[in-house]
Amino acid sequence: MTTATLAPAPAPVREEDPRIGLSANLRHIGALTRRNLMRIKEDPESMFDAVLMPIVFTVLFVYVFGGAMFAGDQDKYKQFMIPGLLGQTGMTLALAVGTGLNSDFQTGVMDRFRTLPIGRASVLLAKIAAETLRALLSSAILLTFAFLLGFELKTGVPELLAAVGLSLVFGMSIVWISMLLGMSLKSAQAVQGVSMLVLMPMQFGSSIFAPTDTMPGWLQAFTKVNPLSQLADASRSLLNGEGPVAHPVMIVLIWSAAATAIFAPLAVARFRKRV
Amino acid sequence: MTGIATAPNTRGTAGNAVEVQGIVKHFGTTKALDGVDLTVREGTVLALLGPNGAGKTTLVRVLSTLIKPDAGTAFVGGYDVVRQPKQLRRTIGLTGQYASVDELLSGYENLYLIGRLLDLPRREAKARAVELLERFSLTEAAKRAAKTYSGGMRRRLDLAASMIGRPRVLYLDEPTTGLDPRTRNEVWDEVQRMVAEGSTVLLTTQYMEEAEQLADELTVIDRGRVIANGGIAELKAKVGGQTLQVRPAHPAELPEMARCLHEHGVTTATYSADTGLLAVPIAGEAQLTAVIGVLGGRGFAIAGIDTKVPSLDEVFLAITGKPATAADQPAQPVEETVA
Repeated sequence: MTTATLAPAPAPVREEDPRIGLSANLRHIGALTRRNLMRIKEDPESMFDAVLMPIVFTVLFVYVFGGAMFAGDQDKYKQFMIPGLLGQTGMTLALAVGTGLNSDFQTGVMDRFRTLPIGRASVLLAKIAAETLRALLSSAILLTFAFLLGFELKTGVPELLAAVGLSLVFGMSIVWISMLLGMSLKSAQAVQGVSMLVLMPMQFGSSIFAPTDTMPGWLQAFTKVNPLSQLADASRSLLNGEGPVAHPVMIVLIWSAAATAIFAPLAVARFRKRV
Repeated sequence: MTGIATAPNTRGTAGNAVEVQGIVKHFGTTKALDGVDLTVREGTVLALLGPNGAGKTTLVRVLSTLIKPDAGTAFVGGYDVVRQPKQLRRTIGLTGQYASVDELLSGYENLYLIGRLLDLPRREAKARAVELLERFSLTEAAKRAAKTYSGGMRRRLDLAASMIGRPRVLYLDEPTTGLDPRTRNEVWDEVQRMVAEGSTVLLTTQYMEEAEQLADELTVIDRGRVIANGGIAELKAKVGGQTLQVRPAHPAELPEMARCLHEHGVTTATYSADTGLLAVPIAGEAQLTAVIGVLGGRGFAIAGIDTKVPSLDEVFLAITGKPATAADQPAQPVEETVA
């Protein structure tokens, strides 16, 4: 934004400091996060993805496909698939942000925010804060359900928290892409459509749901570069205590940093320009 | 108290809440604003009257820092719209053409949120929300989501939201467009109350009647240019405060009636074969009597007469000698780039 410069005035005039302090910024982000959470109360369907998806996916994959994998060893498949599902939780939820942002622009509420004396990034950061809480809830539901089905944590709580954290870090880097989509496409439906179009091949063309060694060569090549595979592998190693940890974690962090470095400035610039 | 503007007049002439000079704004090749000048004196209401596409909303968006002008200067409460947007935002309240409230939040939560964003402490934000809900007769609906509100209730909530920070200057962008007459009157009552309490208001409207009800001064804008401005009384004298509508018994006589009035020096008479009405702007009682006398004296059979406040079209006709035409450009561009 422009910094205010004081025009030469005939008499000394008290110039208010236009900058918004850290505590004010945090207060604004807090108030806007509260708004995002209050919206859920009126629109409980918006929580379906966070609450039901982990349950539906777990049931579907463990019981529908689980029997056909690992020579019918469902327990082995649970240990394989559930960490992968945990890994992608942050990302699937992140994609909901764009839809929400799009509808804020459709209604006039964004104009209201933009005429208030608040930092322009507050609105975006509050979206991320609310999404983080949603992703945490979703992860908790997934893990509770998984443990009920007999999933075994073979390492410890620190590794579990690390896996959840990694999923969130990756998800929060995807949030910027989602925001960019939300501000670039015309309608909320279009945002949702494009998000799904990107999400589905990424999810299934990875090692989340099935080992990649039976896939044809070209698909294996894709799964290797797909960051979701690395994410699933990292999560698997963290929860099951076998396989390398440092390498896949590193790759995921690099992807996250790269996505944030590229898309966060684009999203913020787009947000400022948007009328 | 924080969140309330206590702005020193750093620039601009004392006594003017809004000062606009030579504001130009292009969207692509169309000139939405083509050198607009206007001033709104502290504590008064200025109505910005014009047809769709005249540039009214664009000007309000410039003055509320949503878009930047390409040329010209504008000060609101002494703050420069381009160089001091953050301070300026503390001095203004905006109610747009559409209600800019969060539909999924209750009336109370909407107002509380704005209070917090204006840095009111929790307790004060709460008290202010309750106070404004009461004042705008929304207390009963306070806990319901705004999406369940009627059009008038939403508009009232929107007005309440723009008043949380007790702004020195309020922009009301077509506050009654699309409302039924009863709801429109509710909104007018509220605006009059705010003005009585000392707010400075910039009101945009397409209705002469609305301007007459609410404003002290009037600026008429067309295709991004100011074509007339002055006190309501002055312009009324120019335009004719009222319009006489005559319904002849034989619509075929309409052209003859108009010609007859022209011969007697009443050149602003118009007629429409579609409505079967002859319309004559009237400056005063004497003129009214004269027109009736002329028509009666020629022996035209008259089925009915009525008087009404002139329409935007009639105002334009009186000022420019040609009818208002909506500019062939979108009223609100989807997006543009801020330099």
